Amino acid sequence: MRSYIFCLLLLLNTAVLAVSIDAKKFASAEQEATYSTLIAELRCLVCQNENIANSNADLAKDLRRQVAEMVNQGKSKQEIKHYMQTRYGDFVLYRPPFKIKTGLLWIGPFAFLLIGLIVIYLYARRKKRLKTITLNEEEK
Amino acid sequence: MLKFIIPLLLFIVMAVFLALGLKLNPRDIPSPYINKSAPHFSLVQLHAPEKRLTETDMQGKVWLLNVWASWCVSCRAEHPILNRLAHKTSVPIVGLDYKDTVGAAKNLLLQLGNPYTISIIYPEGRAGIDWGVYGVPETFVMDKKNIVRYKHTGPITPDDIEKIFLPLITKLQAENA
Repeated sequence: MRSYIFCLLLLLNTAVLAVSIDAKKFASAEQEATYSTLIAELRCLVCQNENIANSNADLAKDLRRQVAEMVNQGKSKQEIKHYMQTRYGDFVLYRPPFKIKTGLLWIGPFAFLLIGLIVIYLYARRKKRLKTITLNEEEK
Repeated sequence: MLKFIIPLLLFIVMAVFLALGLKLNPRDIPSPYINKSAPHFSLVQLHAPEKRLTETDMQGKVWLLNVWASWCVSCRAEHPILNRLAHKTSVPIVGLDYKDTVGAAKNLLLQLGNPYTISIIYPEGRAGIDWGVYGVPETFVMDKKNIVRYKHTGPITPDDIEKIFLPLITKLQAENA
């Protein structure tokens, strides 16, 4: 019970921290939502496996400020993504565009799923056939 | 027979992918600026704060932009190698002092030598984002038409000078403006 409470307190603690990193002001709730989705979808290039919303790196702070400024100027999500993409390349986007180079990334998981299903199907069919064969033999 | 070949093939495919993965450098993010015009900037010069430098001032010659900072440890390691590069080539090297203070930057250049033809500084601002800088030191090579031809992320090694920079500079200098 005690450790449970401790964990709960820890969780509460991080929630407070996350808010206090940097609060940005926006004119509307809509703009704030745009900002939140954008910073969740842009990658921090220093820490690479973090988006700029979670990263505490200087670069992430700069990029967050830049995104906030652009949102406040009334720029659209697409415009801001394009701005980042022309400067940092596709890598800055957590959802890279569909290109020949990124094709494997997008299709890969589905291809593997398909391969897996085919293997299961073949395996099941063979087992069924084996079963019928043994049955037939028993019947004899 | 097939029983052995399929796992073997799977193993080979996986091994090839993993081997390729091992060779990749996650820091080597291709710059979207390669073969595009150098991004616009207009920044205060470190040693002459009343003057500014923009990318158009550099047009017509091959030039290098080195992004550095006095707080950056790998820039310090790179510094003597930059000095050597400056000694070996006549092309201007512009030093972009990134998120730094004038005092600290000047101090470091006094201590370790100044490889830069011109130094520009920006304490805050957009120049870093405009050049797609994400980790200092970074070095860009521009041709006579102000097109970015090469970007080097991380410290330059003596080997890089001989194998990459000097041949590239010679090649770009032979091109028409």
